[in-house]
Amino acid sequence: MAVLLEKSFPVEAGAYTTAGEASTTIKRTLKQLGISAEVLRHVSVACYEVELNLVIHSLGGTLTLLVDPEKVTLISKDIGPGIPDIDKAMTEGFSTANEEARTLGFGAGMGLPNMKRNATEFDIQSEVGVGTTITMSFALK
Amino acid sequence: MDTKRFHSVRLEGDKCRGCTNCLKRCPTEAIRVRGGRAHIIDERCIDCGECIRVCGYHAKVAVTDPLSSISRFRYKIALPAPSLYGQFKELRGISQVLNGLKQMGFDEAFEVARGADVVSRAIRERLKNPDLPRPVISSACPAIVRLIQVRFPDLIDHIVDVRQPMEVAAMIAKREFARKHGVDEKEIGCFFITPCPAKVTAVRNPIGHEKSAVDGAISVLEIYGLLSSQIRNAPVDITIETASDLGVGWARSGGECKAVSVENAMAVDGIENCIRVLEEIEDNRLRDLEFFEGAACTGGCVGGPLNFENNYVARSNVTRLSSRTPNPELNVDSGMMTKYELYDSSRILPNSAMKLDDDLIEAMRKMERIEAIYKELPGYDCGSCGSPTCRTFAEDIVQGAATQMDCIHKMKEQLKIMAQQMVNLAQTTRE
Ligand code: SF4
Ligand code: SF4
Repeated sequence: MAVLLEKSFPVEAGAYTTAGEASTTIKRTLKQLGISAEVLRHVSVACYEVELNLVIHSLGGTLTLLVDPEKVTLISKDIGPGIPDIDKAMTEGFSTANEEARTLGFGAGMGLPNMKRNATEFDIQSEVGVGTTITMSFALK
Repeated sequence: MDTKRFHSVRLEGDKCRGCTNCLKRCPTEAIRVRGGRAHIIDERCIDCGECIRVCGYHAKVAVTDPLSSISRFRYKIALPAPSLYGQFKELRGISQVLNGLKQMGFDEAFEVARGADVVSRAIRERLKNPDLPRPVISSACPAIVRLIQVRFPDLIDHIVDVRQPMEVAAMIAKREFARKHGVDEKEIGCFFITPCPAKVTAVRNPIGHEKSAVDGAISVLEIYGLLSSQIRNAPVDITIETASDLGVGWARSGGECKAVSVENAMAVDGIENCIRVLEEIEDNRLRDLEFFEGAACTGGCVGGPLNFENNYVARSNVTRLSSRTPNPELNVDSGMMTKYELYDSSRILPNSAMKLDDDLIEAMRKMERIEAIYKELPGYDCGSCGSPTCRTFAEDIVQGAATQMDCIHKMKEQLKIMAQQMVNLAQTTRE
C-alpha cells in the first residue's frame, strides 16, 4: 500500500543541543495519528537512538518518517563516514563514540543492537567514505 | 451531573478579555480564544490549574465544595492535605491545625499524611517486583496522571497502581470513626482540604477506581481565614499527631521519593519540567531510574494554585514541621496492606483527545493537509488567531474549528493583495 505520510528532518553532526528534537516531533505526529502505545514504545526508543547516532557518529544526515496503513518506517541516511565493520558495530557494548560525545554521557554502545531489538524489521547498509543507511520498520498490526 | 466530564477548572466568561496568557501556558493545548473569550476543550483539560495561575483577570476559577456542604452528613471528618500545614507561619505543631479544624465544626480531623504513610509502604512493596516497567511512576498528582493519559499513553503501564493518600486516608478515617463511635460509615462524610483543582476532579471523577472514598473537596483558600483564627487558640497535643515525618514530607516535591526509599529516584516539579523528563523516559534515556515522582506544581503540593501562602514559604514551613513530628520513621504494619483497598481496581486508559481521527487513513490525510497549511503560515506563534501556536491553528482549520482568515497576518496579506488590485483597477480605468 502506498505511503500516505512522509516527513523528513535534517540532523546536523555534533548538534547536541538539538539532539532529540526530531524524535519529539516524530512521537507527536504518531500520537496524533493514534498509533498504539505498544508501537509507540518501540518507535520512541529506536528513533531517539538513531537520531543520536546521526549526531554522534555521522557527518550529518536526514531522518525520515514514513507511515502507511501497515507500518511505521524510519530511515536514517547519513553522508559518512560509513561503518568499516558492521558485524562488530552490531555487537552489544561496542561504541565508536568520540571523546566529545563520551564526556556528555552518550555512546553507551547499545545503539544499533537496541534499534534492532525494537524494530520489526531492521536493515543497515554502509560504505566507508559514502555513508550509512538504516531502515527500520514497525508493524502496526 | 455527568461526572465523567466533570472539570473543576472553569472559565467565568464575563471576566475573560480574550488575551493569550492562558492559551500559551496550557500543557495540553486545551484552550482556544474564540469570539473574544477563552474556551476550554473539556476532553483535553487535565485540571492542572496553570491557567488559573496566569490569568490576570481571574477569569479562570476552580469549582470546589463550599464549607457549608459538610452539613449533608451527620458526622464530618476533615482530611487536611499535608501541604495545608505549610500555610501557617507561627504554627507550634501539626496538632494545632487538627484541633483548629475540629473547632470549625468537624467531628474529627484525620491526617492525609497518615494515608501517605500507608501509600509509601505499599509503593515500597510494589518496587520489589522486578517485572514492573521502570521507572515506576507515582500516581499521587492527578494532573500528571492525566497528562500521561493525554500526552504519554505509552507510559501508562509505568504508573503505580496504588491509590492516592487522600483516598486511603478517607477509608481509614471512616472505618476508625465508625468503630470508635459505633455509627454507620454511611453517615460519615470525609472532606479533603485541597490545594488544587486536580484533586477536586479526582474526587468527582477518580482514575483507576470507580468511586472515591472522599465525599467532597474544600479549597484551602476557602477555609484559610476561619482556620487561621481558630489555630491561634488551638491547643498543641502531640499525642494526636500520628503521621510520620515522611508522610508529612509528601507536601513538597521530593517527599514521596524519600518516603518510598529507593536508590534511583527522581522528583520533578512544575508541569513543563515533568513533560521534559517524561519525554526522556519515553525514549528510554533514563535507563537506571527506578522511581519517578512528578508534581504539576512548582515545589510540589505546597505550590498548589488553591493555597494561600507562596510555595517557598510553605515549603520551608513544612520542612520545619516535618522534622518535628513525634514519628520520625514510617510505622505501618503489614496488616494494613490487606485491610484496605489500596490498589486500583480498574485500568487507566489512554485519553485520545490529541488524535486527529479514529481512522488511521483519515488521520494521515488530515496530517497531510495540516502540513500544507502550516507551511503557508508565518510561524510567529502569536496566538492572535485564538490557537496557541501556528501548528495547532493549522490543526484547528483541518478539524473545522477555525478558518484561514482568523490569522491576522494572513488577513493582512490578503488585504495587501486586494489593495494592489484596486490600485491596478483604478489605473486601468483612468487610461
Ligand atoms: S487547567 Fe490546565 S489543562 Fe485545563 S485548561 Fe487550564 S491549563 Fe489547560
Ligand atoms: S502537585 Fe499537588 S497540588 Fe499540584 S496539581 Fe499535583 S496534586 Fe495538586
